[in-house]
Amino acid sequence: MSGKVQFTRTQELIYEMKVGEVMTHSVVTVKPQTSMNELREVLRSNRISGTPVVSNDRLMGIISIEDFIKWLANGPPKTTVAERMTEAVVTVYDDEPLVQVVSMLDRHGFGRLPVIQRKHKKLVGVITRGDIMEGLLHKLEIGYQQEEIHRYRASHIFEDLIADRTALVFQYRVVGKDFQKAGSGATRLKKTLTRLEIHPRARRRAAIIAYEAEMNIVIYTNGGNIMAKVEPGLITIKAQDNGPGIADVELAFTPGYSTAADWVRELGFGAGMGLCNIKECADETTLDSVVGKGTRLEATIII
Amino acid sequence: MTVKEMAERAELEVLVGADGLDVEVTGGYAADLISTVMANAKQDNVWVTWHLHPNIVAAALIVKLSAIILVSGRQPEQETVQRAQQEGMPILGSSLPAFEIIGRLHGMGILGTV
Repeated sequence: MSGKVQFTRTQELIYEMKVGEVMTHSVVTVKPQTSMNELREVLRSNRISGTPVVSNDRLMGIISIEDFIKWLANGPPKTTVAERMTEAVVTVYDDEPLVQVVSMLDRHGFGRLPVIQRKHKKLVGVITRGDIMEGLLHKLEIGYQQEEIHRYRASHIFEDLIADRTALVFQYRVVGKDFQKAGSGATRLKKTLTRLEIHPRARRRAAIIAYEAEMNIVIYTNGGNIMAKVEPGLITIKAQDNGPGIADVELAFTPGYSTAADWVRELGFGAGMGLCNIKECADETTLDSVVGKGTRLEATIII
Repeated sequence: MTVKEMAERAELEVLVGADGLDVEVTGGYAADLISTVMANAKQDNVWVTWHLHPNIVAAALIVKLSAIILVSGRQPEQETVQRAQQEGMPILGSSLPAFEIIGRLHGMGILGTV
């Protein structure tokens, strides 16, 4: 047992999510010089109980329906918002976590907080309890959907498809000399085979074959393709390129034999093990190569 | 022993993937030739290597290793960090050279496959 405190997903989210993600962007505002009479119409037509007072994008204060009622009771007729607003306004920055807002709303008993952008100190929105609830629910829903997709396994596809013979074909393009992307085809193939719930041992063999074939294409050619065909009981991997070809195929299968350039070896490739690994992992391997034309490799795995 | 316990006891720094350290380590493998790792490393082994390029993540994923351990204080390339984060492959590091790291791990009972 670890001594870690267990958080619920919602609790985590109020620490993770930022004010800017859930706040209301289009905020009704009034100017300091707006008259209290005009304010009534702004509050009424927008059905709001208060609004920020803004001058040149800067928050000057906040005026609420309560201020309005007090003014009605005893204020002089020609009064501006600036004269009745609350100036010391509690605000939050858009990059603060939601938990900050929750505790501030609780502490001060406010219904809303103006949101300020930290850098330019401009008013960018307003956040209410409702915004937080909505934001959290939305995020939870997205998380749930992603989990559902993640949980989806295509393993029943062979039973669901009706045919005398079914085969799924996956193709991955390999860019030559690109060591940054190298291995991504094999990695994606492995993920796909995982989704198909191919037996882990067969999956691993297929991924190693695809990886080594992919690395050969990356090291020696200007690009090619890796194709994997999955059938019940059988995986076939074909690698194809239009590269320089292999002069002596038998020699190429000798452990430790390599024609890789020094810089390739420095990266840990070109050890002269790739084709041996492929042969080890496959039940059957065929290699056709024509110098100056290209190479085709086919490896089959019996599941 | 989990990756986390191993990292703590051997004083390895967690460079990437702090939330994927609960995997049970089955043993270790050390090599700088990627193909030998592909051929010989076992599932959930840790891999001690000198390399920093993003391909180490792909290789580790394909043979499903539990962590990559970088030697001699070497720092992974940015692309390597990104890919390891995406795929949840922990990368640990130590300022010690390979021989010393492996010696410590072996002393803790993390063995190679004979």
